[in-house]
Amino acid sequence: MSLILDHVNYVYGEDTALAVHALKDVNLVIPDGQFIGLIGHTGSGKSTLVQHLNGLIKPTSGAIYYNGEDIHEKDYDKKKLRSKVGLVFQYPEHQLFEIDVFKDVCFGPKNLGLSQKEAELRAYAALKQVGIEDEYFYQSPFDLSGGQKRRVAIAGVLAMKPEILVLDEPTAGLDPKGRDEILDQIAKLKEETGITVILVSHSMEDVAKYVERIIVMNHGSVLYDDAPKEVFRHYKELEQVGLAAPQVTYIMQALAKKGMPVDTSATTVEEAVQEILRKMPQKKILKEKA
Amino acid sequence: MIRDITLGQYYQADSVIHKLDPRVKLVATLCFIISLFVVDSWVGYVAAAVFLAVMIRLSKVPFRFMVKGMKAIVFILLITVVFNLFLTPGEPLVTVWKFTITEEGLRIAVMMAVRLSFLIVGSSLMTLTTTPNSLTDAMEKLMGPLKYLKVPVHEVAMMMSIALRFIPILLEETDKIMKAQIARGADFESGNLIKKAKAMVPLLVPLFISAFRRANDLAMAMEARCYRGGEHRTKMKPLRYHAADRVAYCVLLLYFAGCVAIRVWL
Repeated sequence: MSLILDHVNYVYGEDTALAVHALKDVNLVIPDGQFIGLIGHTGSGKSTLVQHLNGLIKPTSGAIYYNGEDIHEKDYDKKKLRSKVGLVFQYPEHQLFEIDVFKDVCFGPKNLGLSQKEAELRAYAALKQVGIEDEYFYQSPFDLSGGQKRRVAIAGVLAMKPEILVLDEPTAGLDPKGRDEILDQIAKLKEETGITVILVSHSMEDVAKYVERIIVMNHGSVLYDDAPKEVFRHYKELEQVGLAAPQVTYIMQALAKKGMPVDTSATTVEEAVQEILRKMPQKKILKEKA
Repeated sequence: MIRDITLGQYYQADSVIHKLDPRVKLVATLCFIISLFVVDSWVGYVAAAVFLAVMIRLSKVPFRFMVKGMKAIVFILLITVVFNLFLTPGEPLVTVWKFTITEEGLRIAVMMAVRLSFLIVGSSLMTLTTTPNSLTDAMEKLMGPLKYLKVPVHEVAMMMSIALRFIPILLEETDKIMKAQIARGADFESGNLIKKAKAMVPLLVPLFISAFRRANDLAMAMEARCYRGGEHRTKMKPLRYHAADRVAYCVLLLYFAGCVAIRVWL
């Protein structure tokens, strides 16, 4: 059970003067149950890439396999694929349309041909998963706050019970609190259900805390594809492509340069604190405590 | 698929036509359209075709961009041709069952097809070589005298430029929402007419909401910059005619006179 991209190329507006080579020879294997961060600067091709994952865009050349089957085979059931690979677009709240929250979340499962009851059960479970309280179920989705709308929209995709959940910039336009809430919720969901999650973002800071693998896109090709620690080792190269490693990486690098023997691969603030405390001369700590 | 509509889409290029004063292009397009209805002989259409071909050549816009605009009207074109072909009384040419194609019908059908396609290509040429903003500037200026009749010329021009500006944005938005709903299992293609119409609801509701939201934001942004309509408003780059524009007017006059002459004497 996995998703494989094999030499995928995509050109926007092929055969016109305005042709843009959005994806260049992308090869990826996405096994089950991974938590992946897909990072890239604006225009690096990450949104184009995720639209390939559920067959919304057909690659100009190359192939995509889901569970060993080519998704662009003639008789491949695309609708089923789209329920298995759930894609949450940027600003997903812009797709809400029903008269109440509950009905909107039911839209996806109903399209899968499920019975009313089954669809409602799934909608209920999905709304609970994203932390929407019962009192909001019968309100118009347009009366909710920005963060709530976004969660309802995410629930709309979750209700289809995807095996791979792709979120395109789920935190765009949210305040820091809303951002942390959404990301924590996604992490919790990942832990509880064990589904594969692909988190698209342009901020390393957002992703570093949660994911186990980072794919860095630049100008349509994959620049790095590794564990966060390994990717952040290239912080200088990342800067050149308009990205940055998390701030702790810079602090650890600076400390190392000053002669403190710290391991520079810490990716979160907590790890960094532990590492610095471990390497700090014991006397100093004792003195400070006193 | 919805990107096929080229009307209102500017094609960047460095050409004589691009540099012309938008008023010239507007007047020229109007004259060209009128000329299409003035001429009624093959000589006239050849003249119009030559004129159009030269202009396209000068504009450096690839021809396929013009043809793209045609796709949108293929249906109208077909209906026009079919109706004229079968419903024009006259000398019968071919009879198939109850339908008769007359000589006049054939003539009118072909003529209408040529007229319509030239009309679309001609106006696409204008929108492809002129930014919507300069186009409305031109309109505002040309209709300036109407201000004395209490016609809100500036406001109308502003509305038009905003409407034109929003076409590509809304198209993009439609594309995005469509994809988002397809990702949720929506089906816009299969089923009968009623099912298809129902399937549009998840597309249209968000689209309308987004259009209103954008309109609201725009109004706010305009008011924040103290926009108060056309009263006492000056332009940073007022339109001025140059030598090339005068030459263009002369060429246009020649062409139009030629068309009238063909109509009168041929």
